[in-house]
Amino acid sequence: MSPYARRRLVNTTVLTLSFAATAIGLIWLAAILWTLLQNGITAIDFDFFTQDTPGSGGDGGGLRNAIFGSLIMTALGTVVGAPIGILAGTFLAEFGRGNPLAPAVRFINDILLSAPSIIVGVFVYEAMVLRMGHYSAWAGSVALAIIVIPVVIRTTENMLNLVPGSLREAAYALGTPKWQVIVFITYRAAMQGMLTGVLLAVARVAGETAPLLFTVVNNQFWQGVAMDAQMANLPVVIFQFAMSPDHNWQRLAWGGALIITFAILILNISARLLANLRGFSK
Amino acid sequence: MSTDASVTPPEQGRAPAFTAFRADGGAAPTHAVALSEAPRPTEAATPAPPEKVIVRNLYFFYKKYEALHGINLALRDKRVTAFIGPSGCGKSTLLRILNRIYQLYPEQRATGEVLVDGKNILDPGVDLNLLRAKIGMVFQKPTPFPMSIYDNIAFGIRLYEKLPPAELDERVESALRRAALWDEVKDKLKQSGLSLSGGQQQRLCIARAIAVKPEILLLDEPASALDPISTQRIEELIGELKTDYCIAIVTHNMQQAARASDYTAFMYLGELVEFDETEAIFTHPKNKRTEDYITGRFG
Repeated sequence: MSPYARRRLVNTTVLTLSFAATAIGLIWLAAILWTLLQNGITAIDFDFFTQDTPGSGGDGGGLRNAIFGSLIMTALGTVVGAPIGILAGTFLAEFGRGNPLAPAVRFINDILLSAPSIIVGVFVYEAMVLRMGHYSAWAGSVALAIIVIPVVIRTTENMLNLVPGSLREAAYALGTPKWQVIVFITYRAAMQGMLTGVLLAVARVAGETAPLLFTVVNNQFWQGVAMDAQMANLPVVIFQFAMSPDHNWQRLAWGGALIITFAILILNISARLLANLRGFSK
Repeated sequence: MSTDASVTPPEQGRAPAFTAFRADGGAAPTHAVALSEAPRPTEAATPAPPEKVIVRNLYFFYKKYEALHGINLALRDKRVTAFIGPSGCGKSTLLRILNRIYQLYPEQRATGEVLVDGKNILDPGVDLNLLRAKIGMVFQKPTPFPMSIYDNIAFGIRLYEKLPPAELDERVESALRRAALWDEVKDKLKQSGLSLSGGQQQRLCIARAIAVKPEILLLDEPASALDPISTQRIEELIGELKTDYCIAIVTHNMQQAARASDYTAFMYLGELVEFDETEAIFTHPKNKRTEDYITGRFG
């Protein structure tokens, strides 16, 4: 076989395998979305958003309290965790050069990133729930924030590292102080990536169940923004309802899974559109 | 600025420290010329303008590697000095010392003296931000900031001056005009700087550099990534800008050095081989290696 024919054969083989791998990945995604749609769409009606979680054996009801609780705790977890993550990621990318602390922070962050989320739940249980004497939405939000931090640190550092050094040099060459280079040049250049990182973190915690089981558990009732008490939330409701033999609960669990998945999907898509609209990328 | 910057440099008494053009890797200088005399004035009637930047005994290190081996030369105000030489000869390194941009990387260091208006900018006490505001730099690849065309120019101005909007508009316009970009962008100042073509982006970067009113412009291969038409525009621009600035340009393009500069420095392996008026360098170089390089026999 001539070298050229061999190269072509290798190329065709690898290309085929790559397509196959991509297809395998996408097939599962499509299957999940399809199953969710099929089973969940019937649960979604007006009551779904306006009624609270029903008791076992009942009829109807909705997930208003759970949706609201998830929104509150995800938002609080993100608002607390994302700034810490962004600042720490900035430290690693912009100040970490030659600083012996940086590799240590990076290493510990990698461990935190891959730590099972239930460990985070147990940690917050020990640190907050036991001390406060009861489960609370505060504890749940803190647990989510702890999960947000390493994700945002990692993506922020990676995105800032993608900003070409020549752009930073150009900013410094104008006599720009370092903090302004970071805030006005590198953050801007990396904005889309950093935003995507925060959204990935939101997506990650929006579906987290384990840390909430140890911290806020659940609440069958609507209590508004009662942060010092147990609060309903989608993942735990889905977990409980899906496991039960109650058909009405199962129906609502499918509906909850559907909206949580599509909320994340929409969040991702709109963030990308927004970043493109701002015209910061080519 | 400083009164030191007179026609007769104050260090004339110490000229020997400062004359050695190492001709052959440290061999006895065969044609040592006092720098305060050479390069000579282009025309007898117009005396050469004062020396704006004086480099003395400059060594540079990337970690342990010595990249510059004792450079001595001076850049005259309102003149263009070109640096030529094969890749890796240290010409960009030299340029990056002049605004201390190398200092962003802790493993790089310079020793010796670089006097700007008589002050040694390598002193640890020098305020780097103020220094860099005074010494503009344009890089090989265009580096527009991720913001609008207007803000690209206004950014540097806002750093050091608080101007009323109308005045800021004027400054932005005049910088863009000087960089020969105004007519092309005046209707889309709000668009992203990244939307421009490569040649326009590079002129935007030049406009950004001159908008802050520096005294010295450092151009690091400003046209090497551009097409011939953009290159020509940039060269014309350099010719216009030199009436106001002390300009240093690094280039791989010898025609460009010949066309655009008044003085040319030929560097090789971290040494300054020859430094003279551009015409002299290109018509009768004194050093064999300079001659070989400009005639394309090595490099």
